[in-house]
Amino acid sequence: MEFFRPATLIDALALKSTHPTALCINGGTDVMVELNFDRKRPETLLDLSAISELSEWSDQGDSILLGAGVPYTRIYQELAKELPGLAMASRTVGSLQIRNKGGVGGNLGSASPAGDAHPPLLASGAAVNVASVNGTRAIDINEFFLGPKKNAMNSDEIITSVLIPKARGGQQYSKIGTRNAMVIAVCSFGIAIDANNKSVGTGIGSAGPTPLRAHEAESYAATHLDWVNGSTVTPEMMKEFGALVAAASRPIDDVRGTAAYRRHSLAVISGRCLKWAWTSTQDMRSK
Amino acid sequence: MRLTCTVNGKVETIDDVWPGESLLYVLRERMGLPGAKNACEQGECGSCSVHLDGILVCACLVAAGQVEGAEIKTVEGLAGATDLHPVQQAYLDAGAVQCGFCTPGLIVATVDLLEKNADPSDSEIREALAGNLCRCTGYSKILDAVRLAAVRLEGAGKH
Ligand SMILES: Cc1cc2nc3c(=O)[nH]c(=O)nc-3n(C[C@H](O)[C@H](O)[C@H](O)COP(=O)(O)OP(=O)(O)OC[C@H]3O[C@@H](n4cnc5c(N)ncnc54)[C@H](O)[C@@H]3O)c2cc1C
Ligand code: FES
Ligand code: FES
Repeated sequence: MEFFRPATLIDALALKSTHPTALCINGGTDVMVELNFDRKRPETLLDLSAISELSEWSDQGDSILLGAGVPYTRIYQELAKELPGLAMASRTVGSLQIRNKGGVGGNLGSASPAGDAHPPLLASGAAVNVASVNGTRAIDINEFFLGPKKNAMNSDEIITSVLIPKARGGQQYSKIGTRNAMVIAVCSFGIAIDANNKSVGTGIGSAGPTPLRAHEAESYAATHLDWVNGSTVTPEMMKEFGALVAAASRPIDDVRGTAAYRRHSLAVISGRCLKWAWTSTQDMRSK
Repeated sequence: MRLTCTVNGKVETIDDVWPGESLLYVLRERMGLPGAKNACEQGECGSCSVHLDGILVCACLVAAGQVEGAEIKTVEGLAGATDLHPVQQAYLDAGAVQCGFCTPGLIVATVDLLEKNADPSDSEIREALAGNLCRCTGYSKILDAVRLAAVRLEGAGKH
């Protein structure tokens, strides 16, 4: 096995173009499990963890540019105010040891339907920046997930960062699992309210072949929330919103839960998320 | 490949390392440091916890090639020449060790917690140790050990 540990992105891109089958590794929390269990034996490992620009984030005014390798621990320690939805999701990942190493680039690289970063990225309308020797492109998060563990990247590309709009209203993330730690979501839901545009974004995890948006639920919430007076979300709205989210999901029965349970629990948690996120939208407004 | 890294304060050079093997394998099988345990090799149990450049990680999820030039601290590096580390002593005194398989990982994780948070609440302890499984104790003595270590370290710090 060849092992490359470039110190710069330019070197990494050159290596990826001459070794398109090289397996990238950053935090290693997905890759190492595959290697330890002989599920993968790549000829080449391309270690991105020494590239400092991948493990930094920067403030771009309206958005945060989050390096692909910033670990979850830093996301919730440093960006909880700007990206509350992603910070909440990051807090639910694995255990401290996993959160210290794993990050959004690896989550997107694996593109599991259960990846916890995905619903908040869908809800806030993020863009995934990828690069190759031929240049860079931004992939709309809505076009990034193609199937279970399949994403829209070419073999010579590397994820460099994710551009995520800062919260313009309340955000929430809720995840169903058997315990509070070390849980792959049975299903999950993220919401981002945009009080400036009077719109609502959603993301459904672990209840379809890819992470999904709930478009009808989003329009329902946008037209029924009381943007003028901010009056609270009624139980009827929670129910209707939850039903529309459940209808947008495409779950299957598997070891972690049945499709019926996933639909039911999605309806419940998404209704609650709407209420909570609306409450924090009003709190933000009154400040 | 040849790997050079600092382990418990000493620069080590290890030859014939396969870059895709885990740091855990390097420590246990190539360096004779069996403190970090191998139970799951998939990040679930925490028994292989070590500090890598000051960060708590599962050694089974780090590729050997990734630790070139890094600083690693294992449970073997905690005790002094004559005394155990206060966290180790607290685990013994609280009766938090039964078969002992989980103990090294839990001790490293506890040291990590108390370095960052000298007086953790019970929920903070639970959260910090959620990635470390113990099949014997039922955890309640482990919580006792962490509280005891916190009190002793606080006391020591006040001198
Ligand atoms: C015990 C345990 C618990 C876990 N719990 C959760 C959980 O609760 N929620 C969750 O979502 N995930 C969980 N995971 C999975 C994993 O931690 C996450 O998917 C994490 O985000 C992966 O990040 P990483 O940097 O470690 O990725 P790596 O393992 O380094 O890489 C993952 C994949 O992405 C590719 N890749 C990495 N970086 C890039 C890049 N910059 N450009 C292109 N491709 C790249 C790799 O080639 C690989 O295919 C868990 C894993 C373990 C072992
Ligand atoms: S052996 Fe590494 S976490 Fe279990
Ligand atoms: S003491 Fe036996 S596993 Fe913890």
